[in-house]
Amino acid sequence: MTSLAGLPLAAAGEVGEGFFRNHETAPCQAKPSHLFCWDWARENIDRFGTPTLQQFELVAISVVLGFAVAFTLALIAHRRRWLRPPLLAGTGILYAIPSISFFLLLLPITGRSRETAIIALSAYTLQIIYRNVTVGLDNVPDSAKDSARGMGMTDRQILWRVELPLALPEIIGGLRIATVSTIAIATLAVFAGAGGLGTQILGEGHLRFPTAIVVVIAIVVVLAFIFDAILLTIQYLSTPWRRARVS
Amino acid sequence: MTLVHPLFASFGGAIEFIFTPQTSNVTGGKTVGGIDQVIELTINQLEVTVLALALAIVIALPAGLFFGHRGKGELIAIGLGNTGRAIPELGLIALMAAVIGVGLFNLTIALAILGIPPILTNTFVGVREVDRATVAAARGMGMSELEIARKVELPMAVTSVFTGIRTAAIGIVATATIAPLAGVATLGEFILGENVYGTNGVLAGAIMVALLALAIEFSLAGLQRLLTSKGLRLQTT
Repeated sequence: MTSLAGLPLAAAGEVGEGFFRNHETAPCQAKPSHLFCWDWARENIDRFGTPTLQQFELVAISVVLGFAVAFTLALIAHRRRWLRPPLLAGTGILYAIPSISFFLLLLPITGRSRETAIIALSAYTLQIIYRNVTVGLDNVPDSAKDSARGMGMTDRQILWRVELPLALPEIIGGLRIATVSTIAIATLAVFAGAGGLGTQILGEGHLRFPTAIVVVIAIVVVLAFIFDAILLTIQYLSTPWRRARVS
Repeated sequence: MTLVHPLFASFGGAIEFIFTPQTSNVTGGKTVGGIDQVIELTINQLEVTVLALALAIVIALPAGLFFGHRGKGELIAIGLGNTGRAIPELGLIALMAAVIGVGLFNLTIALAILGIPPILTNTFVGVREVDRATVAAARGMGMSELEIARKVELPMAVTSVFTGIRTAAIGIVATATIAPLAGVATLGEFILGENVYGTNGVLAGAIMVALLALAIEFSLAGLQRLLTSKGLRLQTT
């Protein structure tokens, strides 16, 4: 029986047959409730390759898409301030709707697909990125804008050459929060039928087998750490004036 | 044959499932859905969410206030917030169910663990951002450290504190959806039990979870307005 979300629900309770590949993992098989079984992990690590890659893709696409939309909205609201309350409320609502619910509500429209997961995940990032871009732009000192104007810059030049560079730490800060949260939440993409590491938790037989769950958590945390480090490096490299002030 | 668009048929079926009990066409004979069951599961989910959120607040708010007031433990407070975000909810609940065991008690603790980092971090940051001159003025007026934390720093940090509480609430109510994996029947029952409740049940569960989450979000936003002191309200508008 295939469910709407494509989960093998009937098998969720027990460790499935064929889950253990050979006799070397017999100790794990004897006590499947052990927190972590190195033998199984070593032997089965290849199971996690494809799901990890799927999760990576989901996050990368969703964050880029979410950033494009949120950044554009923030720039529009930067000039038209009356748009701010409705945009904050709108992105807030999208943020508050639980991802699982969002995935399932999209299923009748976009079906079991990567698109479903990407729409919901990028909608989730909007609020965080939008808010940080807005705050970043607001925090630019008036003196910097006045100086730029005095130098004869147009509004557009001030935005791109003064305000946005000065807002970069906040913007990347928002991007980091959005990315790390999305990496964790993308584990639920299994409910959208979009694969990812959630398949290794909800998949047949896995639910009562802690080792697989521990491996998934570890991969997610490491992925989050790598993404965070990359964004932090980008921030460091793109704000040379901050370093100058410190040294 | 149907004349309505399949999309409306899907959502129509789900809404019908919410209000009227129907015979499960999968397991056969069993009556599922209907407003009574929906209300019962909604209350369950609300209950476990409120319990876990309260537990998280009781632990994280005083801790954030203490460290923020002392100006110590920044690395831990911020680091905890960052690490907390990276933990996959599904993994946490599944691991807890598999290792510690199922049940309301264990679930509440697991959900509270999810709620602690955002509250702690935001309280800490909010308190740190209170103007030190204001704190010095309070001290000059003869306030004790406890009074300063409670009457000056906490009220002034209320926006940041509520950002944390609302983030925590959103995470907790969302994760409470997969509570049936931990043996607690919430609205996730409809979502995870498609072989009993059918496609209509899954969609009905999704609709109800979204509504519940939004109701909690709006309530907390209202509570935030009530708890923001009049002086600060004038300042921000």
